[in-house]
Amino acid sequence: MQHKTDLPGLILALTSLVAILTALGLVFLYAPREATMGEVQRIFYFHVASAWVGFFGFFVTFVAGIAYLATSARRWDILALSSVEVGLTFITMTVLTGMLWARPVWGAYWTWEPRLTISAIQLLLYIAYVMLRRSVDTPARAARFASVYGIVAFVTVPLSWFAIRWWRTIHPDLFSAGGGMALTSRMVQTLLASLAAFTLLYATLLRQRIRLEQLADRLAWGREL
Amino acid sequence: MTFLRHVFAIVAKDLAAELHTKELVSAMLVFAVLATLIFSFALDLRGALAQAAAPGALWVTIAFAGTLGLSRSLAREELTGGMEGLLLAPLDRSAIFCGKLLGNLLFMILVELLLLPLFTVLFEVWLLRGSILLITALGTAGYAASGTLLAAIAVNTRAREVMLPILLLPLAVPVLIAAVQATGALMEGAALAEVGVWLRLLVVYDLVMLAVALLTFGYVVEE
Repeated sequence: MQHKTDLPGLILALTSLVAILTALGLVFLYAPREATMGEVQRIFYFHVASAWVGFFGFFVTFVAGIAYLATSARRWDILALSSVEVGLTFITMTVLTGMLWARPVWGAYWTWEPRLTISAIQLLLYIAYVMLRRSVDTPARAARFASVYGIVAFVTVPLSWFAIRWWRTIHPDLFSAGGGMALTSRMVQTLLASLAAFTLLYATLLRQRIRLEQLADRLAWGREL
Repeated sequence: MTFLRHVFAIVAKDLAAELHTKELVSAMLVFAVLATLIFSFALDLRGALAQAAAPGALWVTIAFAGTLGLSRSLAREELTGGMEGLLLAPLDRSAIFCGKLLGNLLFMILVELLLLPLFTVLFEVWLLRGSILLITALGTAGYAASGTLLAAIAVNTRAREVMLPILLLPLAVPVLIAAVQATGALMEGAALAEVGVWLRLLVVYDLVMLAVALLTFGYVVEE
């Protein structure tokens, strides 16, 4: 069979390339130097953007999980699985950039700062999801289990978030006092550009991952014949 | 009414099986005692440190002992074909879930009723208060609700028992934080109203988990 070029995918990839380069330019050339934290604050734009995509990826899996349980259509399962794998990459980036940022600003790689903590918990949920999928043999069953787990895991994230926040307010966090910063309009613009670029990158990776899974399905189907 | 009758029939079945084998409660209890001793050795829990660490040690013990009981309870159904029987019986799927949940909850609470006096004696902290029992019951209910659903998933994976803690513990974060904080405050003599925020969080978690589990359990056991 002739190899088809995925034109929309290619356009999406090129758009996100341009967006990422633009965001990089804004982050390093346009955004002002933060007064107290200095250059290291620039990691903020990548940190927040990857956290957003990490959370959004989880939300997509949650919705796709519900859709799969309702319809049993393979395409929803592919979407859920792809979104988890792409989201896992971004949430890992969130935790790593968070640690890199925390070290110079708060003096330690890890502080139990609520947002950083919830990202770490999301990372563990993502890993559990992937491990669950890998350890079920029947594809239909794996899809059902994963859908259920994606739904249950997603609904606990807000509860965990409140638990962590209240816990930290009751025991005041000494470190976070120095972490606050005022955003200038240039910073906000850069952040928005960064969010858009990361979201496009997520869409690109998601599309490629979905395609990969569809090709794997076709290959498996072809082998059975 | 038939729903409740079905639920109680399943609970009665689990109780009869447990009275016969005693494997769930005895395994959880022995593990819990061992964990308590290990906490005591590892952290050298005496005096003020014991006071500070007791709520955390208690809930870690409950959580880990709980995973043992939960996965055994569902594994027993799978191995003996009990789940198949329940699915073939003219029962609502949600009745099966509620029955298993109540049974698991009952066994966990039984273990906790023995664990609380043990902690009280070993760590010189006063845990036998009505308010602490309430928090323990609420925390255990939420943990057992998510645990029963996930154990039904875990027993059908290749890794079986290994899978349950990996799936369950990241979901149990709200329960563990709320229960540890509330237990700690109540232990130091706070009134129940002072831990209202944790109490509410536990109730919300319990209700959310119960709702989600009831909605999804049917898909988990479907063949």
